[in-house]
Amino acid sequence: MNSLSRRRFLKISGASIAAASALTSMNSVVKGAQKVSEKTGKSVKGIQKIPTYCSMCFWKCSAIGYVRDGKLWKVEGNPIDPLSAGRLCPRGTGGVGAHYDPDRLKYPLLRKGKRGEEKWVQVTWDEAFEFIAKKMKNIKSQYGAESMGFFSHGIGGGFIKHLLKAYGTRNIAAPSFDQCLGPRDTAFEITYGDVIGGPERTDIENAKCIVLLGSHLGENMHNTQVQEFSKAVENHASIIVVDPRLSTAATKAKFYLPIKPGTDLALLLTWMNVLISENLYDKDYIEKYAFGFEQLKAEVSQYTPEWAYPVTGIKPELIRETAREMARYKPSTLVHPGRHSVWYGDDTQRGRALAIMSALLGNWGRKGGLINQDVFDVPSYPYPEYPKPKRENADNPNRKYPFGGAEGYTTGLREATLTGKPYPIKGWFVYGTNLLYSLPNMQETIDAMQKLDLLVVIDVVPSEIAGYADVVLPESIYLERYDELFAPYFKQPFVSLRQPVIAPPHDQKPGWWIAKKLGEKLGLQKYFPWKDVEEYLDTRLKMAGLSLKEMKEKGVALGEKPPLYFEEGWEPEFDTPTGKIELYSTHLDELGYDPIPKFTKHEEPQPGYFRLLFGRAPMHSFSRTQTNRLLTNVMDENEVWINADVAKRFELKSGDYIKLKNQDGIVSNRIKVKATERIRTDCVYIVHGFGHNSRMLKGAYHKGASDSRLITKYKVDPLMGGTGMNINFVTFETEA
Amino acid sequence: MLEITTTRHNHLIDPILHAWNWEIPVYLFLGGLVAGMMIISGYFLFKERVKEDNCSCFYLPMISFVLLSLGMSALFLDLEHKLFVWRLYTTFQITSPMSWGAWILILVYPALIANILIRPPKFIANKIPKLAEVSQKLIEHKWAVKNIGVVNMLLGGMVGMYTGILLSSLGARPLWSTSVLWLLFLISGLSGAAAFVHLIAKNVYERELLAKSDNAFLIIELFVIAMMIIGLVTSSKSHMAAAHLLLNGPFASVFWIFVIALGIVIPLYIQLLAVNHKIKHTPIAPIMVIIGGLILRFVIVAAGQHSHWF
Amino acid sequence: MARFGMVIDTRKCVGCTDCVIACETENDVPNGFARDWIVQISNGKFPNAQVEILSERCNHCSDAPCVTTCPTGASHYHDIGGIVLVNHDECIGCKACIESCPYGARFVHPEGYVDKCTFCVHRVEEGLDPACVSVCPTHCMHFGDFDDPNSEVSKLLQSRKHHSLLPEAGTTPNIYYLT
Ligand SMILES: Nc1nc2c(c(=O)[nH]1)N[C@H]1C(S)=C(S)[C@@H](COP(=O)(O)OP(=O)(O)OC[C@H]3O[C@@H](n4cnc5c(=O)[nH]c(N)nc54)[C@H](O)[C@@H]3O)O[C@H]1N2
Ligand SMILES: Nc1nc2c(c(=O)[nH]1)N[C@H]1C(S)=C(S)[C@@H](COP(=O)(O)OP(=O)(O)OC[C@H]3O[C@@H](n4cnc5c(=O)[nH]c(N)nc54)[C@H](O)[C@@H]3O)O[C@H]1N2
Ligand code: SF4
Ligand code: SF4
Ligand code: SF4
Ligand code: SF4
Ligand code: SF4
Ligand SMILES: [Mo]
Repeated sequence: MNSLSRRRFLKISGASIAAASALTSMNSVVKGAQKVSEKTGKSVKGIQKIPTYCSMCFWKCSAIGYVRDGKLWKVEGNPIDPLSAGRLCPRGTGGVGAHYDPDRLKYPLLRKGKRGEEKWVQVTWDEAFEFIAKKMKNIKSQYGAESMGFFSHGIGGGFIKHLLKAYGTRNIAAPSFDQCLGPRDTAFEITYGDVIGGPERTDIENAKCIVLLGSHLGENMHNTQVQEFSKAVENHASIIVVDPRLSTAATKAKFYLPIKPGTDLALLLTWMNVLISENLYDKDYIEKYAFGFEQLKAEVSQYTPEWAYPVTGIKPELIRETAREMARYKPSTLVHPGRHSVWYGDDTQRGRALAIMSALLGNWGRKGGLINQDVFDVPSYPYPEYPKPKRENADNPNRKYPFGGAEGYTTGLREATLTGKPYPIKGWFVYGTNLLYSLPNMQETIDAMQKLDLLVVIDVVPSEIAGYADVVLPESIYLERYDELFAPYFKQPFVSLRQPVIAPPHDQKPGWWIAKKLGEKLGLQKYFPWKDVEEYLDTRLKMAGLSLKEMKEKGVALGEKPPLYFEEGWEPEFDTPTGKIELYSTHLDELGYDPIPKFTKHEEPQPGYFRLLFGRAPMHSFSRTQTNRLLTNVMDENEVWINADVAKRFELKSGDYIKLKNQDGIVSNRIKVKATERIRTDCVYIVHGFGHNSRMLKGAYHKGASDSRLITKYKVDPLMGGTGMNINFVTFETEA
Repeated sequence: MLEITTTRHNHLIDPILHAWNWEIPVYLFLGGLVAGMMIISGYFLFKERVKEDNCSCFYLPMISFVLLSLGMSALFLDLEHKLFVWRLYTTFQITSPMSWGAWILILVYPALIANILIRPPKFIANKIPKLAEVSQKLIEHKWAVKNIGVVNMLLGGMVGMYTGILLSSLGARPLWSTSVLWLLFLISGLSGAAAFVHLIAKNVYERELLAKSDNAFLIIELFVIAMMIIGLVTSSKSHMAAAHLLLNGPFASVFWIFVIALGIVIPLYIQLLAVNHKIKHTPIAPIMVIIGGLILRFVIVAAGQHSHWF
Repeated sequence: MARFGMVIDTRKCVGCTDCVIACETENDVPNGFARDWIVQISNGKFPNAQVEILSERCNHCSDAPCVTTCPTGASHYHDIGGIVLVNHDECIGCKACIESCPYGARFVHPEGYVDKCTFCVHRVEEGLDPACVSVCPTHCMHFGDFDDPNSEVSKLLQSRKHHSLLPEAGTTPNIYYLT
């Protein structure tokens, strides 16, 4: 049904992942800097510098770990790395704190009490593998291999993914699509026949005008983007920020548009109206490359600035002025396509509007725009073929969401587990994703988990999801292990190596070792033909004309730069049904969806309620860094941003503790008030990831409130199944 | 609306500076008291009151010696790097009041001891018979006694001023950086000492004299406080804000009730009645003055740390 | 003579605290303490509020009251560039310097001596930038010699509007913020 090419989709998650592993001389499990010299038996003095790449978020900047007298000292950026250019973001710099985190998992745990009671017995790795293998064999014989599901986020999950594919399932999903950039990439694929990808193909540093809708660069700390944004600021780029909250980026903006949440699509359509009616769009470009201009023109003629004013709260003159500002700098006006785009359930259509704006400004393929990227080709390991699953994936039965499930559909897999349809899902592996905090409606996840015969969680700290596991496997942190090679699409192709900088402090083990060991227990040795990960990596690197030895020294190898712009020779080819940029989508038309985005109103808060918005703080990642003592030293709880006038009305002042209660009566942990002139009166804002309820996370327990707990409602994107989460409303409970 | 946020939360510094705790005000108070007593005792020596057998100049230096040592212990307790305390005496830092203070104390102890030697307490004299000889010689030399008196007065004055200068040299704290703090602490030390001697003096003349002079000191103290506050409120924004900490801010109730009313005005009133023979002398007034002096140091140290530039 | 200092571009700084964290790892700052910190000042009414973000630390003042009040000479100007340093072995922990600093730049190290930003003198002596400067992802911090009119920091001061913190406190600070 979906005829679009999935070429880049498969690559969004990084290496397409074959990985695997195996084995085991204990020595190569950790081969970082040594505390004790193998030769002399004395402790190692002095400084050792070991290149690796960061995993404090999924951007994966290359880094250099410094070990001083056998102890991890600091982590710096690798100067030859195209992503970091030698400078890590605060989380990368604070990665040291992940190694020293006193709340880390230390050894494998087997559940003793009920799921979620957090009662455990400590077991050996062998006992844990024995337990898991037995259950997995049972599931396979009773329900079929496809009844095992795998939730995974991050490159480290690659080896486990390989294991599960070898076992026979493809029910694999990551929150990086349906809870993150799925709608955006679907929209661009529909419009341009290609995705934005990650790292994003945005030429921020060369843009003369940058338009940010939500994208809160500077708080969203994706390193390359922030570095380039700062260059643009230095070059006096004209910055237009659209956000209900005066974000950090907004404080740098020439134009700040304090939009009513949920009305961005109206603003975008109105901007198109102005660009077209005032003849400001890139005519040549549209004529040459685009399809459906006349239909677009007719469709957006209804969206005048005067119409948009009451809808968006943005004054007509400001809408016109900003549209003209964008036109002034075209084609180097970058309308940032965003990343975390699951907001209101109509997100693919909003993504379409962003894509169309880029086209009208002639920006795709142009300097300061959405540019070409290429990849350093590292062949995958020559594995035997995986067994073919007998049943279609359970996450998107009958392709209910025509563009969904390409990367695995998280909430679809959860739904299948809950309902047993189209067939029962009886086992989950969870790697590097705290599902309770990353999927909306926590209760549904908890209910689904109660249906399972087996729940294995591989994590580094006792996260909330680990609290529900039957078996918890403690992984060594990224600074302590080898991992898959990283070779993303980027304007400067490269491949980077993750290697251990320091040994894990307890009985933690790397993912590749876990996969290989468990694979052997499951009788899948033939999928793990390599002796250890070094052999695996060396094999792949050799196929790419590199070697492990060389990569261990440099950390990064650069590929050949592709032409970035049409002017430089990037071919303007669009893999769409018309072969053009589809302002009017023939494909959506065919499927019965709006071929040109239409604005529809979203539900608004009842009196006394406020829309709950959420986002990032620069020094934390999601729900994974709140026990990192280096990072909590600069922020150890989140605050709820409340407009100062609203706060006054509720007799709240900064520093007061309150609780938030949502429309369904769910009450948060206590959270500090930030009464501020930096947010609208109809919404409140909190940083995602705080408010941990796992008692074992001592450093984070009950610090701040969790947005995830309050997101009981979500609206599913009909095109790709993404879960719009900005549709929950909260009120304040004072006696905290 | 002005919103200021910071990521800093250093112990003793944030949210409000509190690096100096109880030890410093206790030291400043005892130092001030000792300074006052040295002046009083020195004055009596100078006035040749050694002739009176029950002159307070015979026991004040011993009490001063003890109180000063207690004050020094408080100061020592405040040090965070105690083992390095000797570093104070391997250098003299001419710009540092604290260095001056350390060296002045080196002189104060000999002066006190000299005073003690004029008539050492029995429990010491009994143990070291030689002392009696020394003290006999001293008493015989009038000029020696007089000079010991002068030196004690001078050093007492320096110690008294020093306790104020220590704070007022810290320009970062607007409340302290006034030119009259040395005077305030000196006067307050004198009034405390006068109250103390009034309380314990065996000699009726001395008691009466000190009650009268205490009244004078209290009146001057009120005047100095008024000057200080006027000076602050007519200065920069930061100084004005500092004054308001005392006038109507977080320290206002303690300041007005304990320092001004109970520590100065009411005892002054009582003592005025007493010296005019309207009522009998009562120990209540001097006790109030002494406690008022202690609270004054606490309030000034705490509020000063509260005050800051902006 | 050199006079070392910093110029920090508030237009580019995003308040990410990378400089704070880098300082902690580089200098083994004990957990719970910070030698540098981020201040955000927001002024005005939504949506027109103005926000200034400042990365702050010891200003290595040229008229440093912490040096003049120190009774032992532990606080002193370093020979190189007038960097204000604390000699751990001379410090008695009297905290006079803490009381005398209008910026709250100092704190008591758990080991008893007073600690603060050193301008990463150990790096500067090797020709490196301080850790906070070299980590900053927005490149908004610059370190150099104000006595050299051709240094980057001098040139930035000549070409851009700037201010320092609490100049009225009379300490002659050596960190400037571009606006
Ligand atoms: N420090 C840090 N950086 C990160 C991450 C992290 O965990 N920590 N995670 C990374 C990942 S994976 C992602 S996907 C990105 C996410 O980062 P972005 O894609 O930049 O984030 P957004 O979802 O756009 O959301 C947050 C912003 O959108 C605004 N907003 C909310 N509702 C609306 C609305 O209706 N309209 C408009 N115009 N704005 C609205 C909020 O006020 C907030 O400023 O961040 C990345 N960077
Ligand atoms: N409410 C709400 N939900 C969201 C978002 C939001 O802003 N608000 N953001 C969405 C977005 S954009 C994204 S990309 C997703 C992110 O969703 P997730 O990837 O689930 O993010 P985290 O919550 O950080 O959970 C990561 C888990 O991996 C563990 N972990 C960290 N390092 C390692 C490792 O090296 N090995 C192993 N095995 N485990 C490790 C952490 O301890 C943590 O438990 O969340 C989405 N969901
Ligand atoms: S953006 Fe920051 S956290 Fe993410 S990989 Fe890069 S340095 Fe690490
Ligand atoms: S690292 Fe740079 S951008 Fe980040 S807070 Fe510090 S000075 Fe600002
Ligand atoms: S900022 Fe404070 S600690 Fe640093 S030199 Fe100036 S007065 Fe001293
Ligand atoms: S605490 Fe140390 S550095 Fe500070 S003034 Fe006292 S002795 Fe000097
Ligand atoms: S210069 Fe060095 S010591 Fe000072 S704040 Fe920066 S990193 Fe810390
Ligand atoms: Mo994301």
